[in-house]
Amino acid sequence: MILAWAKRKWTYFAIAALIAFLVLIPFDWFLGRYTSIMIFVGISTMVTVGLCLLMGYTGQVSLGHAAFYGLGAYFSAVLSKTYSLNPWLAMLIAAIATGAFAYIIGYPIFRLRGNYLAMATLGIGLIMWVLFNQLSQYTGGPDGMHGIPYLSIGGFDFDTNFKRFYLVWFFCLAILFLSQNIVRSRTGRALRAIHGNEAAAESLGINVTQFKVKIFVLSSVYASLAGSLFAHHLRFVSPQSFDFLSSVKLVVMAVIGGLASIWGAIFGAGTTRFLSDEVLLGLNQYPQLDIIIYGLILMLVMIFMPEGLFVAIKSGTLWLRVNWRNLPAIMNRKRKELPNQMKYILGRLLFARLWRRTEP
Amino acid sequence: MSADLFVQCLMSGITQGSIYALIGLGFTIIYAVTRIINFAQGEFVMLGGMFSYILAVKAGLPMPLALLIAIVIAAAVGAVMYLLAIRTARRASVISLIIITIGAAIFIRGIAGNRFGVNAVSPPAFTDTGSMKFLGAYIEPQALWIIGITFAVTIVLYLFLSHTMVGKALRACAVNPSAASLVGINTKAMALIAFIIAGAIGGIGGVVVAPLQDKYDMGIMLGLRGFVAASIGGFMSPVATVIGGLVLGIVENLAIGLDWGPFTSAYKDVIPLVVLLLILLIRSGKLAAAERAG
Repeated sequence: MILAWAKRKWTYFAIAALIAFLVLIPFDWFLGRYTSIMIFVGISTMVTVGLCLLMGYTGQVSLGHAAFYGLGAYFSAVLSKTYSLNPWLAMLIAAIATGAFAYIIGYPIFRLRGNYLAMATLGIGLIMWVLFNQLSQYTGGPDGMHGIPYLSIGGFDFDTNFKRFYLVWFFCLAILFLSQNIVRSRTGRALRAIHGNEAAAESLGINVTQFKVKIFVLSSVYASLAGSLFAHHLRFVSPQSFDFLSSVKLVVMAVIGGLASIWGAIFGAGTTRFLSDEVLLGLNQYPQLDIIIYGLILMLVMIFMPEGLFVAIKSGTLWLRVNWRNLPAIMNRKRKELPNQMKYILGRLLFARLWRRTEP
Repeated sequence: MSADLFVQCLMSGITQGSIYALIGLGFTIIYAVTRIINFAQGEFVMLGGMFSYILAVKAGLPMPLALLIAIVIAAAVGAVMYLLAIRTARRASVISLIIITIGAAIFIRGIAGNRFGVNAVSPPAFTDTGSMKFLGAYIEPQALWIIGITFAVTIVLYLFLSHTMVGKALRACAVNPSAASLVGINTKAMALIAFIIAGAIGGIGGVVVAPLQDKYDMGIMLGLRGFVAASIGGFMSPVATVIGGLVLGIVENLAIGLDWGPFTSAYKDVIPLVVLLLILLIRSGKLAAAERAG
């Protein structure tokens, strides 16, 4: 009975385990230098969740999300350093300003769809990147800005990785729970209806454009908050962190995490971060290896598991649980089919049926 | 603005516009036949230039042969990309296809950066006769090559599409793929041909522009400008795409030549983006209808 209850509530166990893990991590005897990477994982997760809401649930592409991430970071940096505003106030103003910007461009932009929407968001991302570079009297230009103050509450400064770890993951978990609730609410169902069929959604009385803009604004605010935390954590911002490749990297995180999966975002951000910070940095003799691998991941995951890697793993384990008893028989059958299937796949990849005039 | 400067800007606008037109043609032909926007189109251009440099300078092949091989390689990359990445994802949604072509773009860019280095390369110009004076403006001979070759490619493509069987089949696919397959046109083979042509046109653009500029990461900005050219043309007509490319090039260079207020050369990259957004918004109704139909 307890087992059945545990099975039903396994998500809560997973979340409890995650929180326990997060509480333990920053202690140096537990993970040491990984604390700093985990902070970045938290920050990236915040952006990725927004992107998942937009791309996975609502079905709208954004190839310029680094723009909002960068806007948050630069607003926070400029307001708190140049104008010596309270960092928290700067963060709030950054979020509001970024949200307002997303709202203003949202209505015209969401008159577009599909490919054109992708190009438009890509264009906005690049414009912002050029502005970060060129408005050098405010942003410091390509060299970036140094000496952004830490966040602090009362007299308590968030001046070590250890303290900032909790700060970042507090925000991150709050956003994850908020998104979880949005997805399970009426709004979430409306978003999925829009993804499924816009005309049908509209006929059910869903204001399609308004919902798209709303979720766009929400995800831009997530990105802005993440950007502010990034600026106050690293105390340094430069345009390199918000270029086209960063936008693509965010898409990679969303794709690995499963586009339509809130908790998968942690998995996606974590995998990508560890891949780029730990595995690939060590391979200096292969320059550009990271974007080669990101390109491969994007293509392979989208071709073979369009729902994303995390979701594919999840449904794979579910399939294993259901078919556990019959596994030997299934494996046997598969083994007999395998040569033919390989031939078929190889043939499809290469030449088969390419030049035949009609479809069978 | 003096008359000399005006002519100078006009000439460099036409030169760069020709390149944008070539890239736009690649976008147009793939989109018309398959309804896919190929985000890797700019990478074909980069590859064409890179290979012309490698073959002509590093390997020491004679120039015409090197250029030809570079163009063939770019076309082959287009074919391989279609066969491996696009065809295997047959019933993919628009989002998936966008992400796949983006993945292909950064994959190609990464390989190029890894194999050929991250520095700009400059193969020799086709003819080295020094710059000429024309109506008070200095013109590089390479610019004339660029304009002439774009003109030639456009005419050849027009003749191909209107006077050959394969070209007519391609146009039939563009108008209505299912009807085309009903009358016995192999739409998949047509899609492959479209990718090969787009790769070849990209490669041609690459080899002609490489003496002026080529770097492993220039694909995205060039691709974006080509997309602007194609969207001015509405993604259906090659001639309109070429005009779109020329207009964009001239607007870009005249705006910088004015050197007024925000229009300084620092914002050169912003101009096509703003033009892009304006066009997308002005044409949004029509484009949305096309997207639904496709």
